[in-house]
Amino acid sequence: MWHQVLALIVKELLAVLKDRKSRMVLIGPPLIQLMVFGYAATFDLDHVPIAVYDEDLSAESRDLVARFTGSPVFEPLAFLHSARDIDGLIDQRKVAMVLSIDRRFTRDLLLHRPARVQLIVDGRNSNTALLILGYANSIISDFSLGWAKSHGGPVPPAVLEIRARYNPNLSSQWFIVPGIVAVLTQVVTLLVIGLSVAREREAGTFDQLLVTPMRQIDILLGKGLPGLLIGGVEASVIILAAVLWFAVPLRGGLLPLYLGLFLFVAAVTGIGLMISSLAVTQQQALLGAFLFMVPSITLSDFATPIANMPPLIQDLTQVNPMRHFLAVVRGVFLEGATFQSLLPHYWPMAAVAAASLFTAGWLFRRRVY
Amino acid sequence: MRDSLGRLRGLLRKEFLQILRDPSAIAVAFLLPAFLLLIFGFGVSLDAHDVPVGVVVDRPDALAASFTGKLANSPYFQPRPFATIGEAEKALAAHEVTAIVWLREDFTRRALSGGEAPLGVIVNGTDANSARIIEGYVQQAWANWLQAEAAERGAPPPTPVAVQQTVRFNPAVSSRDYLIPGLIAMIMTLTGALLTALVIAREWERGTLEALMVTRATIREILLAKLLPYFLLGMGGMAASVILAVTVFDVPFHGSLAVLTATSAVFLLAALGMGLLISSVARNQFVAGQIAIITTFLPAFILSGFIFDIGSMPAAVRLITHVVAARYFVAILQTVFLAGDVWAVILPNALALAVMAAIFLGIARLSARKRLD
Amino acid sequence: MAAAPEEPSAALRLDRVTRVFRAGGRRVVAVDEVSGRVERGAVTGLIGPDGAGKTTLMRLCAGLLLPDGGRIAVLGIDVTQAPAAAQARIGYMPQRFGLYEDLSVQENLDLYAELQGVPAAARGPRYDQLLHMTGLGRFTGRLAGRLSGGMKQKLGLACTLVRAPELLFLDEPTVGVDPVSRRELWAIVDHLTRSEGMTVLLSTSYLDEAERCRAVLLMHEGRLIGADDPARFTAGLAGRSFHVAARDFSKRRLHERLSGATGIIDATIQGAQVRIVTETAAPPSAAALLPDVPDARIVAVPPRFEDSFIALLKTGRRAGGMPPAASPPSAPAAPAAGGGDEVIVVRDLTRRFGSFRAVDNVSFSVRKGEIFGLLGANGAGKSTTFRMLCGLLPPSDGSLRVAGFDLGHAAAAARGRVGYMAQKFSLYGDLSVMQNLRFFSSAYRLKGERRRRRIAWAVEEFALGPVSSATSRDLPLGYKQRLALACALMHEPDILFLDEPTSGVDPLARREFWHRINALAEAGVTILVTTHFMEEAEYCDRLVIMADGRILATGDSESLKERLRSKERPDPTMEDAFVALIEAAGAERAA
Repeated sequence: MWHQVLALIVKELLAVLKDRKSRMVLIGPPLIQLMVFGYAATFDLDHVPIAVYDEDLSAESRDLVARFTGSPVFEPLAFLHSARDIDGLIDQRKVAMVLSIDRRFTRDLLLHRPARVQLIVDGRNSNTALLILGYANSIISDFSLGWAKSHGGPVPPAVLEIRARYNPNLSSQWFIVPGIVAVLTQVVTLLVIGLSVAREREAGTFDQLLVTPMRQIDILLGKGLPGLLIGGVEASVIILAAVLWFAVPLRGGLLPLYLGLFLFVAAVTGIGLMISSLAVTQQQALLGAFLFMVPSITLSDFATPIANMPPLIQDLTQVNPMRHFLAVVRGVFLEGATFQSLLPHYWPMAAVAAASLFTAGWLFRRRVY
Repeated sequence: MRDSLGRLRGLLRKEFLQILRDPSAIAVAFLLPAFLLLIFGFGVSLDAHDVPVGVVVDRPDALAASFTGKLANSPYFQPRPFATIGEAEKALAAHEVTAIVWLREDFTRRALSGGEAPLGVIVNGTDANSARIIEGYVQQAWANWLQAEAAERGAPPPTPVAVQQTVRFNPAVSSRDYLIPGLIAMIMTLTGALLTALVIAREWERGTLEALMVTRATIREILLAKLLPYFLLGMGGMAASVILAVTVFDVPFHGSLAVLTATSAVFLLAALGMGLLISSVARNQFVAGQIAIITTFLPAFILSGFIFDIGSMPAAVRLITHVVAARYFVAILQTVFLAGDVWAVILPNALALAVMAAIFLGIARLSARKRLD
Repeated sequence: MAAAPEEPSAALRLDRVTRVFRAGGRRVVAVDEVSGRVERGAVTGLIGPDGAGKTTLMRLCAGLLLPDGGRIAVLGIDVTQAPAAAQARIGYMPQRFGLYEDLSVQENLDLYAELQGVPAAARGPRYDQLLHMTGLGRFTGRLAGRLSGGMKQKLGLACTLVRAPELLFLDEPTVGVDPVSRRELWAIVDHLTRSEGMTVLLSTSYLDEAERCRAVLLMHEGRLIGADDPARFTAGLAGRSFHVAARDFSKRRLHERLSGATGIIDATIQGAQVRIVTETAAPPSAAALLPDVPDARIVAVPPRFEDSFIALLKTGRRAGGMPPAASPPSAPAAPAAGGGDEVIVVRDLTRRFGSFRAVDNVSFSVRKGEIFGLLGANGAGKSTTFRMLCGLLPPSDGSLRVAGFDLGHAAAAARGRVGYMAQKFSLYGDLSVMQNLRFFSSAYRLKGERRRRRIAWAVEEFALGPVSSATSRDLPLGYKQRLALACALMHEPDILFLDEPTSGVDPLARREFWHRINALAEAGVTILVTTHFMEEAEYCDRLVIMADGRILATGDSESLKERLRSKERPDPTMEDAFVALIEAAGAERAA
């Protein structure tokens, strides 16, 4: 029996590797996506264009403005002389924020009255707006603290010491790149293995397989193991790139990571085989894979946090293997997570894998067309 | 001329009947968009709320209680008390809380004596974006508490600078308001490029295009008959998405319908041109679908400014975004919905779209022959 | 309008037309310096096996492809220069009829009427005429995808005829449709040429259709190997065709003896006799040919078109071909003679898809060592029956037993006794010939020494050595067929299922194939075969003819033809028998 399964695996791998089109699916898009995602998918702000409207024009206000100019996050593009220019610049998306310093800024500071500074932010991208406000606020509070200290004003009773665990610089890349391991592994496994049954059905060779003495379990293993192999290799390459190229710290052990990978690829393979057992043509299989892929990525914590979703949808994401694998990859990479702490993510993947592989095997023979 | 109109009419009728009878067209044109809109409208949000925060108070007293009370009242936080910092750290590692606020032993003493009282905040930084947003919320809560505390004691404001924040166009800073307009660009890409590429590839596969070519229909008529129905389908999908966005998801709409319609039409032409080009390269649905997803859908998702800010991308990647049609359309949509008809944004972006549409359609027209090779 | 420079007596003139394709670095000459002409007002047949270049030539003539060399004049117009002018005057029906399957019959007609610029006023009468001619009048509201193969073909034809073209190109219009529809199509074509003066160029791989054409262009491997009146092709073979029969000698053994013999270029089984074609016009003597067969009778018969095609090919191909299988492929189990030993039993088998009965109450049985045929057109239910027998489709009703098992539920070991060759020679296209052999040998649970031996046997027996490392997708069809059969025989099965095993391959490869199948049957292998080539029924010991999911008749080919034999029709063909059965069934239903 192992002999037969092995023959099927060898055949499956040969078919994938010898066909130019599937070779392309394996190598081209993942590489491009790794690079594009790795660099383009970032929430970090950098060189945000701002304008400054300083009505005070004092040493103090210039000191405040200098803190903005000196920050790598902001890049002042214009120094305004009239309040009327503010709206136009923001409307036209020339700048994302305007820092407006009140005429009485220095006077109020010296009189221990609230010295007013206005931040006007473009809210069209709400996420960017929030981040800009965060950065700007911390620059201003640094300024306040410094001023109060040197001028003997009332000192705030306490200071806020913020530290970030696991990702001290709060780098988006550290968050996104491990996520790419999950996304690309899913895309490649789904496309290659998911289409394999549909392709054989279209070519008529699947009937031939069913007529040989192979049992369902043999076919399932023969179709599924290449998926594990291809997904595993693909994931390993991206993990390597994450560590060596993007310099994301790998704090945990490889064992918990690869156990998660194994369960995840098994689940994706099962879902892929299920889709392609149901599809009659490769085109239907492709569309089916696409219809599965889009929601599974959206509801996975990859770019949009699950914690912010309504409870009902949060419950729904429990059946999404991608969500659990993302937790495993990020946990192992950044938090050094262990077997024990990842247990709640292992078993749902195992359950999905078992259910989908079983259904796929059952569909091999039942599907009538 | 009259013959030409007759042929066009015949082809158009055929195309509409096919759309009505083809389940895969309906799946791509209606099912997927509806699904995406619902997920993004009800599910996806970048706004943190009810963040579980562990609170450790080493020595409970009135002042500490006043601050933790402030946290509990905020819609952003859901505080959970811990006895020791060790326990809280464990909960952080287990993802039970996302952040810890730690009021150390001498909090009250030093806060009142004018010394710098230590207020430790520890955030799980794995999700860097959420972590930053949470940081911002904590900072704000802290500043507000200080102000209130000082006012209560009649003391001067503890921070000499008072910041007044104005968020234009989206005062509530709701991510849904900016995600949904971008999503509409995504949906139009799906119907425009993916669907068009698929249906033409299908005609190649079934050999019907071969039969059409030998009739008197000219290549211009054949192309036009493909463009028009999917143009209308795309505009229909657009209208439905806009109505849904405004009525169900309460996204504000400040611009004019005329601008929205005109720019959508130009974008759709660019997307359709892309679809035509893809189908002339790939003559089977499988390859056409793959190319369409890789060259239109994924870039529209990542490189258009839909979720990720283009300004923050590295220069090389920013350069690439200039050939992504969705990029210009997302900018227009976000402006038209949230800001209004800002011509300085709309005109250059619409011009870029028009140039892309002209190039894609031009190449598609020039490369189309009434021939199989 | 500028008059053509020469007197345009020919509707189509081809002058050294060449077309080359490049596929993955290889250069394939699809049409190789073809010159010829098509006369006006008649049917010209473009005849040749699959891959001969017929479709490419048709597309070149319709202006859908540009030739790499040579000139094509359609109705006096150079298609390369002015394709639109030529296309306005021709009609072209591509292989899959160019129909929109999700449009109804009426909608398809309307579309093509608009495209061909038929004025609205003229449409009504023209539709009536076409619908009457094609018999589609009752089905105008039905979706084209729901029509049977024959009806699709007629609708495709009607669509190209909405505006009567001067020259009509039909690309394989009869492939995959049943003989009745084929006859109806020919009746329409005859009518068009005779009473409307239309010129028709029709391509086909059915050699028997050549005899219905006024002239024939014979293509093989991209080259034109003959162009003439079909009668003149056959006339060249006068006095070279004979029937050989012997009372005490089985037709298969007789066939085997004769196909190797010197002086004989072709031997086929026809009913109880073997039909031979000799190299020269001298009648062979029974004593010289079959010295050990005392009662051999040799009777002269009139030549057929196919004889001339084989004669043309054989003289040109000798070198490249493979020797016919000399030894019967290793004998499995016991080479028992026929008898009451029923290996396949089918009782009241029914398969429903929704309310549609694809197979309706079918019963038959197959004995050990028999070649059993399932005949019928596409959609007759033979493939569905076949799939149920292989265990690929559960039956809705009835029972079936293959070697005592229902393969749908049987243990894997039971399937080990069955060999299966799927339609279209399903192989793994990306794998090489050797990799395919290795894979199937493992799939059939062969190991170690036996596996090695069987692979060596397959390479040797099917002459696959020279192509063993070639990617199987790129193989010529004949080789694919051999490889598929080799894979199915890897494990020496007792029962062999063959689904359309010869469709598309050229007549020589078909002969070679049947030769092998005969040898297997002699060795005791039970063979179940489906085919829509009526003449292949002659090879079967017994057969059933199916239509609309039902069995119309069971028996051997002689007895089926016998029912039809009369003074007017002294030698009916299998196709005649089939058509008669269908017509009888139709009359019965009407009554």
